[in-house]
Amino acid sequence: MINVKEPGLMTTVQDNGRNGYYSFGMPPSGAMDKYSFIVANLLVGNDENAAVLEATYLGPTLEFDCETTIAVTGGEIPPKLNGEPFGLWKPVHVEKGDVLSFNFVKSGTRVYIAVAGGIDVPIKMGSRSTYTLCGIGGFEGRALQKGDLLKTGEASNPPASTEITLSEELIPKYGNRHEIRVIMGLCSYRLTEESKKKFFDIEWTVTPDANRVGYRFKGEPLEFVEREQPFGAGSDPSNVTDLGYPIGSIQIPAGIEPIALLNDAVTGGGYATIATIISIDLFKMGQIKSNDKVKFIEVSLDEAIEARKELNGKLDKVKETIKTVSIGG
Amino acid sequence: MAEKIPVVSPIPGVFYRRESPDKDVYVNEGDEVKEGDVIGLVEVMKNFHEVTSTESGVVVSFSVENEAIIEAGQKVAIIEPK
Repeated sequence: MINVKEPGLMTTVQDNGRNGYYSFGMPPSGAMDKYSFIVANLLVGNDENAAVLEATYLGPTLEFDCETTIAVTGGEIPPKLNGEPFGLWKPVHVEKGDVLSFNFVKSGTRVYIAVAGGIDVPIKMGSRSTYTLCGIGGFEGRALQKGDLLKTGEASNPPASTEITLSEELIPKYGNRHEIRVIMGLCSYRLTEESKKKFFDIEWTVTPDANRVGYRFKGEPLEFVEREQPFGAGSDPSNVTDLGYPIGSIQIPAGIEPIALLNDAVTGGGYATIATIISIDLFKMGQIKSNDKVKFIEVSLDEAIEARKELNGKLDKVKETIKTVSIGG
Repeated sequence: MAEKIPVVSPIPGVFYRRESPDKDVYVNEGDEVKEGDVIGLVEVMKNFHEVTSTESGVVVSFSVENEAIIEAGQKVAIIEPK
């Protein structure tokens, strides 16, 4: 059992996501930064899709009532065990009664806390991920609260060696300025040529309205091509006839502030989505803070697939490192 | 006299000095506070996080305006411990 002494600001149980129900209007939820999420699981010897805790900005304080192995990955929210700082991206052995807590966030936004055996909550529609807006999945469908008791599952593999050290290239760094790659569409034809250019020229600022549902950006207004709105579309020029929203799609209601839709977002509606963040950079979005600066970069589908291969290559290297150390030790 | 202690916000967001627009401010400059007293709120992701004083003492000054956008780790007020 894990006793939640302090919940942090927004700490939820997340796994790989509730995939396969998007067409029914159910977003996938799941860990925002999948790279950090998978590495956290691998470091404690879990299946890579096991449920972990995702904490945003402010880490929780957790007490363990049995011996286990944990790993903390993701943004630099420095973890402490019984008040002693320890490194992220490493498996750490904890004893019964040990208390995990965190210092203030230094960089990035979200940390992932994996425990050997995974966080054991009921599987809802194929996933343990929390979708707070609907109150399903995770721990009672909500963010953790003080006094919650979390169960952990049976570890499927022997605990990982605490000797594991990942090479620098496998540990992401998060600054305050980010480049996020997008593919144009579905409705980029609705923006004027000038505004399309502006969208990529502006350095956007992330507003405090930035959570698992979506991130809202501040910059300059953009303009849509004038037209007589078709049947079924709202009267605002940023409206189109309803369509499914790709995950990571960017809409600009009334041309004022772009919103990137993320893991917990509505699955469809009537705003023109002008670009879509490539899946690999959605992980990066999960580590972007309010007030950070974002520039969008247009890429082709081929470049997006190449980026995915590159990230999968990194995950292979993580697996290789863990295997080598485990056999050697 | 004891050293002045900054109160920092652990999270980024919008800083508020009152609980809601029709309420009084939590504390004024010159007021005495106890350790753990709320001196402001930070709103981010539609959540409100209370910023509390880590010391008992007097609020010397606020370092940011009401409704200012602040960074994680930014100083929001200064306390002179008693």
